[in-house]
Amino acid sequence: MTTQTLDSSAMDKSVSKNRMLYAVLLFLGLVAPLAIYPVFLMKVLCFALFACAFNLMLGYGGLLSFGHAAFLATGGYITGHVVMQWGVTPEIGILIGTLCSAAMGFVFGKLAIRRQGIYFAMITLALSQLVFFLYVQAPFTGGENGLQGIPRGELFGVISLADNMPMYYFVFAIFVLGFALIHRTIHSPFGQILKAIRENEPRAVSLGYDVDKYKLVAFVISAGLAGLAGSTKSLVFQLSSLTDAHWHMSGEVILMTLLGGVGTIFGPVVGAATVVTLQNYLSQGPLASWVPVILGLIFVICVLIFRSGIVGEIQKFAKKNFS
Amino acid sequence: MSQDFVLETQSLTKEFKGFTAVDDVNLQVQRGHIHALIGPNGAGKTTCFNLLTKFLTPTRGTILFNGKDITHSSPTDIAKMGMVRSFQISAVFPHLTVMDNVRIALQRKLGTSFHFWKSDKSLDVLNDRAMELLEEVDLGKWADTITVEMPYGRKRALELATTLALEPELMLLDEPTQGMGHEDVERVMHLIKKVSAGRTILMVEHNLHVVSSLSDRITVLQRGAVLTEGPYEEVSQNPDVREAYMGSEAA
Repeated sequence: MTTQTLDSSAMDKSVSKNRMLYAVLLFLGLVAPLAIYPVFLMKVLCFALFACAFNLMLGYGGLLSFGHAAFLATGGYITGHVVMQWGVTPEIGILIGTLCSAAMGFVFGKLAIRRQGIYFAMITLALSQLVFFLYVQAPFTGGENGLQGIPRGELFGVISLADNMPMYYFVFAIFVLGFALIHRTIHSPFGQILKAIRENEPRAVSLGYDVDKYKLVAFVISAGLAGLAGSTKSLVFQLSSLTDAHWHMSGEVILMTLLGGVGTIFGPVVGAATVVTLQNYLSQGPLASWVPVILGLIFVICVLIFRSGIVGEIQKFAKKNFS
Repeated sequence: MSQDFVLETQSLTKEFKGFTAVDDVNLQVQRGHIHALIGPNGAGKTTCFNLLTKFLTPTRGTILFNGKDITHSSPTDIAKMGMVRSFQISAVFPHLTVMDNVRIALQRKLGTSFHFWKSDKSLDVLNDRAMELLEEVDLGKWADTITVEMPYGRKRALELATTLALEPELMLLDEPTQGMGHEDVERVMHLIKKVSAGRTILMVEHNLHVVSSLSDRITVLQRGAVLTEGPYEEVSQNPDVREAYMGSEAA
């Protein structure tokens, strides 16, 4: 009995510690644009959400998707298209983009989930390449030029997002919602089964769980959130281009997630922030043409020495020294 | 009389390219028995086991569970029907706590396993039952341990608790004492005996000491086919078995 009460109080402590951490981060997120250029922050947030969505698949479902660019691009193109052509408000545009990505995720998932490991990655890659060439040809994407001059519009038809500050808080709110959804998914009855499947799939089957269905749901959530990131990004930059659909983008999100720490809740955020920061600052200096080389080097070092990523290593260190 | 058999196979056959791993096996497992499947290496025990649990599809033959044809059911379906297997390598979820391992088996009954919007605190209602199961296999103290940190024998005990959580009618154990030290073998044997009350168990086992002291009935496989079947005393006296299974020991 005593151990039980001890455990539960230790648990409460860690829960309240986590609450504190989230409160501090929320506060930082709210004041950040006063110190840092908001457009840069919005870029970080969009990629962080994208990486978090990807991490749900790899870190918690154990499935490496090499086609997440397709969802990012779909969200962006659809949102751009409906905002420009139908004149809908930004929140409706984002909603439609997200739903389309989730639907595409359902199709991808249905096809890819029958296979595991490298085959799963290859199928998702092949499908996303298919989508890429579709977007090169399709009339509504603007081909090589992409969609330019997408209006940010007025939120709920009232608040103008043309200025960066209101836009930042809108993006921040979307990020917080997306992040909260992922956090909840991981810590839900569904998340438990997802972790069980990652840990030991045959055992999950033998306990009577239909693992393919769980993976599919996770894939759809992940694709939808990647689409949400893409939709939001297209409004921030008022642009949707083929860069988002290219397989480079699928690789970049893997890099961000691994660098930050796969299977940790903050890892993808840290990874995305690191990669975006490096890209932004290096591309202005004399090292501009070396950005891919530098990122590649960092990736190699990370894989060789910091296997669990930045956040993963910090957690390990904290566990070793403070508990 | 066929009602007395929980599990029955009729001329079960599995062929891999040009090689018959399981050849025309007719197996009948009586309700309430501990039934052992033994045989030398490569006799097709594990293949047979994978056929029964639907992890492999038979080339020919039928499998009946409680008189119902399950030859073409999926592994998930038969688990839901009450036929749960273990694995040769310990089948646990290594990076979850011992408690979570058992809860994962229990939570299917709640029907909320697809609810990604619900807090996992909603699973706390299962804690008491999970603790009971852990106590049953002497793992009460280990509840908050991360599974991977436990010794091997304990992991097998946990696996048993997880399987029990589903309240299976029929448990299939694939070499439950494989790779264990003497002490652990005794513990697991004791556990199997304990949990066999009111259940049927079919196990593949190498350790003859375990087989002789636990099983009510034994089926001996050799080169994929049934060599003989009966209680231990009878089987162990059979000259064919002595030759096939114990080899030079019989001489």
